Amino acid sequence: MSTPQTNAAQPQYTLAELMVVAAARAFSHDGEVLATGIGALPRLAASLAMLTDNPELMMTDSQAWLLSTPNAISGRAAGDAQAQECWMGFSRIFDNVWSGRRHAMVGPTQIDRFGQANISALGGSYQQPKIQMLGVRGFPGNSISHANSFFVPAHSKRVFVDGECDVVSSIGYNPARLPKGYSLDEIDIRLIITNLCVMDFGGDNHAVRLVSLHPGVGLQEVLDNTGFALQVPELLPVTAAPSAEQLRLIAELDPGNLRSRQLKDNPPGVRAA
Amino acid sequence: MNKLHSPRSAVAAIKSGMTIGIGGWGPRRKPMALVRELLRSDVTDLTVVSYGGADVGQLCAAGKVKKVIFAFVSLDFIPLEPAFRKARESGAIEVMEIDEGMMLLGLRAAAWRIPFIPTSVGLGTDVIVNAPDIKVIDSPYDDREWVAMPALKLDVALIHANRADARGNCQINSPDLYMDDWFARAAAHTIVSCEELVETEFFHSGEQARSVHWERAQTNAVVHIPGGAHPSSCDPQYGFDVAAFKAYAAAIAEDDFAGYRDSVIAADEAAYQRAVGGLESIQALALPVY
Repeated sequence: MSTPQTNAAQPQYTLAELMVVAAARAFSHDGEVLATGIGALPRLAASLAMLTDNPELMMTDSQAWLLSTPNAISGRAAGDAQAQECWMGFSRIFDNVWSGRRHAMVGPTQIDRFGQANISALGGSYQQPKIQMLGVRGFPGNSISHANSFFVPAHSKRVFVDGECDVVSSIGYNPARLPKGYSLDEIDIRLIITNLCVMDFGGDNHAVRLVSLHPGVGLQEVLDNTGFALQVPELLPVTAAPSAEQLRLIAELDPGNLRSRQLKDNPPGVRAA
Repeated sequence: MNKLHSPRSAVAAIKSGMTIGIGGWGPRRKPMALVRELLRSDVTDLTVVSYGGADVGQLCAAGKVKKVIFAFVSLDFIPLEPAFRKARESGAIEVMEIDEGMMLLGLRAAAWRIPFIPTSVGLGTDVIVNAPDIKVIDSPYDDREWVAMPALKLDVALIHANRADARGNCQINSPDLYMDDWFARAAAHTIVSCEELVETEFFHSGEQARSVHWERAQTNAVVHIPGGAHPSSCDPQYGFDVAAFKAYAAAIAEDDFAGYRDSVIAADEAAYQRAVGGLESIQALALPVY
């Protein structure tokens, strides 16, 4: 049944590239903020957004400098020239975080229906977790200070959990945890890009809502792999395909094709029927 | 004024039960030679404050740690530090788990000699639910609640710098100084190891003095240990040692930290450097590309 698309106007693309393009849209209307993509595909997304929709974005070299044009994420050697525009050591990152002028795209291990996320630990207790992961890192500060989006390479009930995350590492739209003097509208979680779909928090009372399904993905598959109820709009579009220009820029940003090794088996963007 | 010490005499300032802070970040510019000297001592019952990497893992594996104050413990390319993971999953250590920025605020509060710094960071998360020592307070100026991040007062800080002089002027010319200046300021006693020992005249040009990020009064001991960050990186001198980290991780996986300690950490830093291939091979390690 699988017939590869050969239409010249519709270039072939991988699922990773589709997700990068969908994720880049998260940064389109951010204005002049620091775009931070953690991991190869989110970093590609932020970089693509800076080269296309939103040239005002700021970008680091993942070390200590801001760049006026993003580095390639692969194929670089130590000491290669880069377009530094200011020093941005880690302590200064926090000055930026707390100013609110940042949008981070991160890949949590767990996400719950409130948009609370976990990268700290699984199961057990504070004194003795069943599985120690990274620790909360910068999630608490990021989530209460600036916009955040989530990137999920393997959409499943293990990620989108029933109930709350094991360790709530970032604040979400949970009325029970809302700090005194705050309103839920001050929390700013934007998009969730997964290997199946795009979602946001635009449902009633900030519920998670489906925005689009990736080509060939059915609604039931998404519902079956999500541990909480999703709001489903009447009109559910298909996630927009990458343009030839977007694919060219992605290839330029990733000459070593790191993107082909981020998703299991590097599936095509249009799923075989 | 001469603050020069041997590794052993410098680390002798650390006593059992103390709170120590360790500079660097994950696998980057960690004062590992000073940590190794601590591993060779009989000090125990430490509270460790760190943007953690193998420093935290090795101290945990050696049974030196009572409590870790952390936001992460990671070797980056090995995301989960193996010995820290083992210590946590066996319930062997107490913790205070905080946000990376909260740690910076806690160090600043200690440096500025104030009891806490108010912040929104931590609100709505399990950080403030789980850590009994972190209070949430009302503000005298608005109607919101704020996390009162307590001062993280350090008895001793350990830092690895690119250059230092005998007077305690320490230069970090790596692209990032991380929070090392705040570790130095938060501590009652700061020990700095350095790649290169220089004469004070070296700093006379403003160019070099620009990357001295804390005053010498905040440095109590200087130890000259070229290669002293190994197996972590020390930009621009050398990158981190993937093979050495893997060998350490393998020893932890086999529950054989004792074997690693005897054969690699060994009796002193000279023996350590011989065990890992020598100073020249450390200095030849390529810098990482991000």
